Amino acid sequence: MTEVTPEIVREHGLSDEEYANIKGLLGRDPNLVELGVFSVMWSEHCSYKSTRAHLKRLPTTGPQVIQGPGENAGVVDIGDGDAVVFKMESHNHPSFIEPYQGAATGVGGIMRDVFTMGARPVAMINALRFGAPDHPKTRHLVSGVVAGIGGYGNCMGIPTVGGEVNFHAAYNGNILVNAMCVGLARQDKIFMSAAKGAGNAVVYIGSKTGRDGIHGATMASAEFDEDSEEKRPTVQVGDPFTEKLLLEACLELMETDAIIAIQDMGAAGLTSSSAEMGSKGGSGIELDLDKVPQREANMTAYDMMLSESQERMLAVLKPGREDEAARIFKKWELDFAIVGVTTDTSRLIVKHHGEVVADMPVHALAEEGPVYERDFVRRSPAAPLGPNAFDPQKPIAESLRRLLASPDLCSRRWVWEQYDTSVMTDTVQAPGGDAAVVRVHGTNKALAISCDVTPRYCRADPLEGGKQAVAECWRNLTAVGATPLAVTDNLNFGNPEKPETMGEIVSAIDGIGKACRVLGFPIVSGNCSLYNETNGEAILPTPTIGGVGLLRNGARMATIAFKRSGDAIVLIGHTEGHLGQSLYLREIEGREEGSAPPVNLGTEKRNGDFVRSLIEAGRLDTVHDISDGGLLVAVAEMCMAGGIGAKLDSPKGIALLFGEDQGRYIFTAPPEVTKEMLRAAEAADVQAQLIGATGGSELLVPGMENTNVATLKVEHETWLPNYMRAS
Amino acid sequence: MKSAVVVFPDSNCDRDAAIALEQTTGKKPVMVWHGDSQLPNDVSLIVLPGGFSYGDYLRSGAMAAHSRIMSDVKDKADKGVAVLGICNGFQVLTEAGLLPGVLIRNINLKYVCRPVGLTVEESQSSFTRSYRKGEVIRIPVAHGEGNYFADDETLDRLESENRIAFRYAEGENPNGSARNIAGILSEKRNVLGMMPHPERVCDPALGGTDGHGLFQSLVETLS
Repeated sequence: MTEVTPEIVREHGLSDEEYANIKGLLGRDPNLVELGVFSVMWSEHCSYKSTRAHLKRLPTTGPQVIQGPGENAGVVDIGDGDAVVFKMESHNHPSFIEPYQGAATGVGGIMRDVFTMGARPVAMINALRFGAPDHPKTRHLVSGVVAGIGGYGNCMGIPTVGGEVNFHAAYNGNILVNAMCVGLARQDKIFMSAAKGAGNAVVYIGSKTGRDGIHGATMASAEFDEDSEEKRPTVQVGDPFTEKLLLEACLELMETDAIIAIQDMGAAGLTSSSAEMGSKGGSGIELDLDKVPQREANMTAYDMMLSESQERMLAVLKPGREDEAARIFKKWELDFAIVGVTTDTSRLIVKHHGEVVADMPVHALAEEGPVYERDFVRRSPAAPLGPNAFDPQKPIAESLRRLLASPDLCSRRWVWEQYDTSVMTDTVQAPGGDAAVVRVHGTNKALAISCDVTPRYCRADPLEGGKQAVAECWRNLTAVGATPLAVTDNLNFGNPEKPETMGEIVSAIDGIGKACRVLGFPIVSGNCSLYNETNGEAILPTPTIGGVGLLRNGARMATIAFKRSGDAIVLIGHTEGHLGQSLYLREIEGREEGSAPPVNLGTEKRNGDFVRSLIEAGRLDTVHDISDGGLLVAVAEMCMAGGIGAKLDSPKGIALLFGEDQGRYIFTAPPEVTKEMLRAAEAADVQAQLIGATGGSELLVPGMENTNVATLKVEHETWLPNYMRAS
Repeated sequence: MKSAVVVFPDSNCDRDAAIALEQTTGKKPVMVWHGDSQLPNDVSLIVLPGGFSYGDYLRSGAMAAHSRIMSDVKDKADKGVAVLGICNGFQVLTEAGLLPGVLIRNINLKYVCRPVGLTVEESQSSFTRSYRKGEVIRIPVAHGEGNYFADDETLDRLESENRIAFRYAEGENPNGSARNIAGILSEKRNVLGMMPHPERVCDPALGGTDGHGLFQSLVETLS
């Protein structure tokens, strides 16, 4: 076996101190297999060594929480013995190098995290960030990532129902692909990963192991440089066909009571699944690599332990149930092999060709990885906009048109039409609204799903930005009528070894924690993606928040489209005219400046609870939250979605029309009931204002040239397809 | 009316089809595994559902067309049992030789999922009798390989024999299909293949009920 030299240690991304710790834990020098195993388990990607200390501060409990962070996915009570199981995960580094396969395997990986818990996946959403539209790589990356997400999800027959797509030059060298999967299970049929008990069979199911993806987790724990393209071979190749069979076979096996523990083989494959299952169950695991189904000949123990071949699972079965399980996997034409046994030694022992090639304490691998209290500097928030930050004379109509046809606000139809949004016949609100809504199959309930973050706010003020990401997600769920339940977070940042970046991480986590506490919106699962930097240039801080909400009566749901002419338009929330960090300022004035809009969490909650109560009472069917682009953009979106115009009487002026003040909604209702609603709002301490009425085919606003809705819609719909066509 | 849905590896609209059938017929269909050799003898409708049978590897529908169950599907089709292939099911039917032509990659090489307008070209069939000839209905498509292709002679023959059940409405052809063809009937008119998914629009909450007529037609004819 190759001798472990200091150079090899460095190539594995381990520091001298970490290597010394490994030697201490083993009581000897590790061999190459052991070094490889430790290096992936202790990588940033698997061990959260930079963030663990801070993530502890996040609220993770609540009466609705059945399983918080620490398992493959979070589990939340949705009543009647049903549970929703969900998680979001990034596949940023691989998607930049090989967009189709990177995105596809990201989707496949997060689906396995959900169905390994016993849930049938019912919806996917994703948050995508690309570089500037004029960057030479952007078109290729958009095209590949969207095709990859669709290619995998469509083949699985799980609808992709929404998400975010945004562009900014800060992502030129590091795109973000965050995929979230939501599944449904019965509460008494949730499967965990703790391999309890000795002498039980450890079984391998799914695809064969090949040499693909070796060191993927290590790649995802380092910065990129000019040579990143050379890392292409570390990107795995997805096979959604096998995953679909694996899904059905696992759910069929889960119908029996043969399983003690099950976990997907994701990052660091066989290594992390066996170490984590053993560690959680307080058991040891002995693996015989000769039994592992192999795709190619002469694989070494090192290759097999570090392979990230996709569509594989590891399970521990109750004694005597092996044949029953084998029959199910044979029916689905999948590999099934008994590759090991649980032991009472608390060690992970790996044998190959009859020899022990690795012998390590499982707990040390999974739990005793380094935890760093990295130095951090909290940057002071960006200064507020000074006077004369914008030209008050700019024609409003033209600005509105430009905004609606800008890369970050134009219609994403080109993207979502490549996703199967309607398979499973439960999608009652497809992409394009505030949140996606899917029915809980066979019940009157429905789930709302949204993912949100505004990275430009996070850069200006990571704390307020963190709060805002949570608040916006909570607001989007509320706007369709759902009660927000819980959150999965995907924290995307640059290099944590830089104190400024670490400061962004710490502040954003503080902001997220604050907002989650006040809004009663705990975090049940999540993922961190650090080192999103190329040649020292980091991405914008992007803590993506994925939220799930429950509609107890799915028939009472609001959408953004205006539905009737002559409805009154009501604005909820306070409008200050906050143009700092707004899209208006960026797109129209060409300035990315000012403070992020502050989030008053108390107001946020009051306003949202008020709007939701009206939807739940069946009194509102048309609601939209106000976010990117401000009030006028929100009204225009409601016009375009419904094909109905509107006349606004107030507010007036650029700041009030395009400012991005938080905690606001627009709804419409027949004029005869609005007075009473406004009174109810006042009683609930909610600011509400009648601002206009729906009707006609134009958008009429004080001080703005009359604007035809159909024309706006054409411009709104054409930017993205035109951009993607040009080359 | 007894119906059966064939389940291939990676059928993924089998449950959707079963729900639509149960809603219309009042009875759950029999789910038949691709590896079985026999469908129940008394079925009057066989549905080949949408999905990605065998991952669409090789060619979409190519491997499923050689599944063990397909010889009984062919026998029953020959005997006049109604066979409905939706999306991947249509692809399987062309690969199995039960319908002419092939379904190739969409003209823009992209998967497409959206509701499209369909003109009912033929109401004289057990699948379409609830619709009016010339009626435009809206049904979603969801496919990457739905571009119907056949030689001119075959297309002329389909037209002259009134075997084109549905065409994409003017300006709405999502995939480049020859003569806007969205669904065709077999010579004996007991086999229908169509790319759009009628089972996805049988419930007002899902954005429409235009697919209901197809299942209703079958109930009226076959019960």
